Amino acid sequence: MSAITRKLLRDLRRIWAQSLAIALVLACGVTVLIVSHGSISTLTGTRDAYYERQRFADVFASATRAPERLGEQIGALDGVSQVETRIARHVVLDMEDMAEPGMALVKSLPDSGEPALNIPLLRSGALPDPLEPDEVAVSEPFAEAHGLIPGDRFRAILGGQARDLRVSGTMLSPEHIYSIGPGAIMPDDRRFGVIWMGRPAAAAAFDLDGAFNDVAVALTPGARAEPVIAALDELLARYGGTGAHGREGQVSHAMLQHELDQFAALAVIMPPVFFLVSAFLVNMVLSRLIAQERQQIGLLKAVGYSTGRVAAHYLMMSAGIGVAGVAIGWGAGVLLTGGITAMLAEFFRFPFLVRQISPAAFALSGALAVATVLLGALRAVWGSVRLRPAVAMSPPAPAKFSRGAVDRLGAALRLRQTTMMILRSITRWPGRAAVTLFGVSASVAVLVASFFFFDAIEVMLDEMFNQSNRQHMTLRLSEPRGDAATLAAAALPGVLRAEGAFSMPVRLSVGPREELMRMEARGDDAELLRVLDADGRSVDIPTGGIAIPERMAAELGLSVGARVTVEFLAPPRETHALPVTTLTRQSLGEEIYIDAGTLFGLMRQAPQVNRINLMVDDAALGDFYRAVTDTPAISGVMLVTETRDQFNAQIEENLFTMVFFYATLGILITVGVTYNAARIQLSERAHELASLRVLGFTRGEVAYVLVGELALLSLLAVPVGWWLGYGFAALTAQGLSTEFAEIPLVVSRATYGWATLIVLAAAAGSVLAVRRRLDRIDIVTALKQKE
Amino acid sequence: MIGRMMSGLPVFRTEGVTKVYGSGAARVQALRGVDLALDEGEMVVLLGQSGSGKSTLMNILGALDTPTAGRVFFRDRELTRASDAALTSFRRDHVGFVFQFYNLVPSLTARENVALVTEIAAKPMRPEEALERAGLPDRMDHFPAELSGGEQQRVAIARAIAKRPDVLLCDEPTGALDSKTGVRVLEALVDINAELGTATTLITHNVAIRKIAHRVIFLADGRVADVVENAERLAPSEVSW
Repeated sequence: MSAITRKLLRDLRRIWAQSLAIALVLACGVTVLIVSHGSISTLTGTRDAYYERQRFADVFASATRAPERLGEQIGALDGVSQVETRIARHVVLDMEDMAEPGMALVKSLPDSGEPALNIPLLRSGALPDPLEPDEVAVSEPFAEAHGLIPGDRFRAILGGQARDLRVSGTMLSPEHIYSIGPGAIMPDDRRFGVIWMGRPAAAAAFDLDGAFNDVAVALTPGARAEPVIAALDELLARYGGTGAHGREGQVSHAMLQHELDQFAALAVIMPPVFFLVSAFLVNMVLSRLIAQERQQIGLLKAVGYSTGRVAAHYLMMSAGIGVAGVAIGWGAGVLLTGGITAMLAEFFRFPFLVRQISPAAFALSGALAVATVLLGALRAVWGSVRLRPAVAMSPPAPAKFSRGAVDRLGAALRLRQTTMMILRSITRWPGRAAVTLFGVSASVAVLVASFFFFDAIEVMLDEMFNQSNRQHMTLRLSEPRGDAATLAAAALPGVLRAEGAFSMPVRLSVGPREELMRMEARGDDAELLRVLDADGRSVDIPTGGIAIPERMAAELGLSVGARVTVEFLAPPRETHALPVTTLTRQSLGEEIYIDAGTLFGLMRQAPQVNRINLMVDDAALGDFYRAVTDTPAISGVMLVTETRDQFNAQIEENLFTMVFFYATLGILITVGVTYNAARIQLSERAHELASLRVLGFTRGEVAYVLVGELALLSLLAVPVGWWLGYGFAALTAQGLSTEFAEIPLVVSRATYGWATLIVLAAAAGSVLAVRRRLDRIDIVTALKQKE
Repeated sequence: MIGRMMSGLPVFRTEGVTKVYGSGAARVQALRGVDLALDEGEMVVLLGQSGSGKSTLMNILGALDTPTAGRVFFRDRELTRASDAALTSFRRDHVGFVFQFYNLVPSLTARENVALVTEIAAKPMRPEEALERAGLPDRMDHFPAELSGGEQQRVAIARAIAKRPDVLLCDEPTGALDSKTGVRVLEALVDINAELGTATTLITHNVAIRKIAHRVIFLADGRVADVVENAERLAPSEVSW
């Protein structure tokens, strides 16, 4: 091994702590890039493989009751390769292990057993026997939540009749990767499941003999979905069709896509920020590290090494740090990707995972990281290797200080000389101070932008549950009924208040753009379900118009007063041009609201309800639930209070993981910055600090000079970090907002507080570690070094 | 002129001071049993070749280093048994150091470098007075980078005497200076010794300088080789090299 190579290795070993600190910051950027790309490609790859194996359909539609022969007509449509007609109905469950009623989606299986499309994957037991009317297969998550195994029985209310159903097996379905009940905002495997039963049994239960009410269609390769959707819509219109849609309108697919979009947005926002921060840090730290090697560079040149060879030596030293950072980043990235995708696979109920991180993600992150360090090193190396050996070998001229504002400040405040040393050092090397300040503020910013999610979620939940959905629960009716239903609900045991509402699917058109949405009609006296305007105030919807979400209005270029075409996808299927009278704030979900009087006037019908919002006395819940289970008209119960509690629990559960992950990132950056700044300060000023010890300053007083500067810079960095963090949060909120969830930009004081506390603690920790070195410094040796 | 005070108790006394650096093959014995006493108000020149152990001895006297064996007394206090905190306060209150390479804080002006010490000393003189005594009355607000070597060394001397130390330990104070500038620095040291009665130990390998001291201690190979009292002292201006 050549001497210069040995020097390289020994140098790296000598500065291992500093190198590691740089490598870790770099690794953060690499990790975030690998994790976001790995999660996206794993989820996308898994989903695509799952869809292909289980033949996930391309177009979906529902109707009230369509004759079976319509299936053939659908199959004959241009672009359609396969059709699967079926019966699908929401039903109420009466589970032994639950006081409250559960909900399930019953789906029919063809007589032949497996459907041609959306094939469920059998996980245990067998498919239900089509000739056995009480035999069903249930979704695996639901079975797990209730401990159901093949052979077990449970009760469901099918078409108004309580039935004992026998579990033949458990299944997973590509249609229910994200298994969410109607009206729910998150999966709840206990309260919602999917039940598959034979077609004859389903037809008998729901009075759909020779008919279907749901259809899935696969397209021929290369066929466009739009014409098929339009044709399907037309065919189903007279049978109560509620609007055909492509995969994007299928709940499970849409939620999964929503998640992937969020990951993609994170992949666009986070890694560049981390790389920018780490590039900046690595650049500055390395240049200072190499600047310290100036005399050795002179020496190497003096003994005959070429400028190129010397430059290569130092570039390799930097590359070594870069490679270490990349290796750590890749390792952590692969580990974290595994953990995160496994977690998501649980949440999203995939039967398998196709783990993949594209080689491009590795290549890109590796190249970026190494380029980052090399660029940083190049600047410093270039500055040093160009010097003539004699100049490089002699110590650099003493730093020039000059008098300025700091001196006036010092004189005015009668500052001690040690304090003046701190202030002069900052003003003498403002660039250096700026790097430390920027690095620390970047850590604060990363934490503020991460913890801000909790603030946003809290606001969203408050809006969702305290401001707009104030009901304890919502009853869904199997079909629309007159106002009397509300009165009947009010008479159920324990009901304190009952308000009827009517919800139906509509197609909104603005110019060439169409959106399938739900429209909800509410009475003026509705107090449980409130509509919030853009400022968050509860408002009534003026008669004659509709209220649409602010976000959607912005997207479609609509403002108050604009007219939109609204097609009612329920009988009578009519189209009306209605003015937008109100813009609403809806953080979660998108719904159109209309005044009940206006809607039923347009429909020329007596007022109807198919949803009833309730406040129920907790003490009477048992009786209430029994009554609900015994009421055939009720096809489902949405427990709003429970949902909120569950949501909170989920967030609490994720809180620790999230806080741990982001706090680690923040701490790594802080330590990377402050530890290096302190170490470099220590070696650059060892002589000066040793002189102070000789003069009789105590260790503490000397440490003050070293620690004071970093402490001052860290404190100054905090407000800058708040400001940066707010901007970063705004960027994230914008990037992550989708039609499902509008992320509000709110940052609480607690968020600022925690971010500050964590960063300052990390800074204090790393500076104190360096202080211990300062305490051990040998005065005599330090003094022997020339200035 | 106060001159040399010959009170009974020496300001420094060493007994069999030994210093060994390293171990095994790398073992270097810098001092091999040094016994000496320095009196109050005395100006002593420690003379010796490089490697003779003079800097090591001075570091031990100034509590910058500890001996491997032997005892060191400052007046009646045994430094070799003192804690780190006690040694720090010993340096703070009793000793002034002057080094070959000035050891000034570059970010502080001349006046501020002196103030650095006066702010923590028990009964210091004003920084201006110290600078005047050191012969630098008119460049007080210059930063070290704006001063010549001789001027920087005089700032270092001012900083060393500003606390009114009992002893002044100077390690090759003229080593980095030309003869003319060096004489100016020596004059400052002699004046201070005479006017304040500060016991002064001056390390040098420059034989010419020995004539300005009361006493010359020759060190060789880690031992005291010879001690010579100067019957007649020369003024620094009469010395040249």
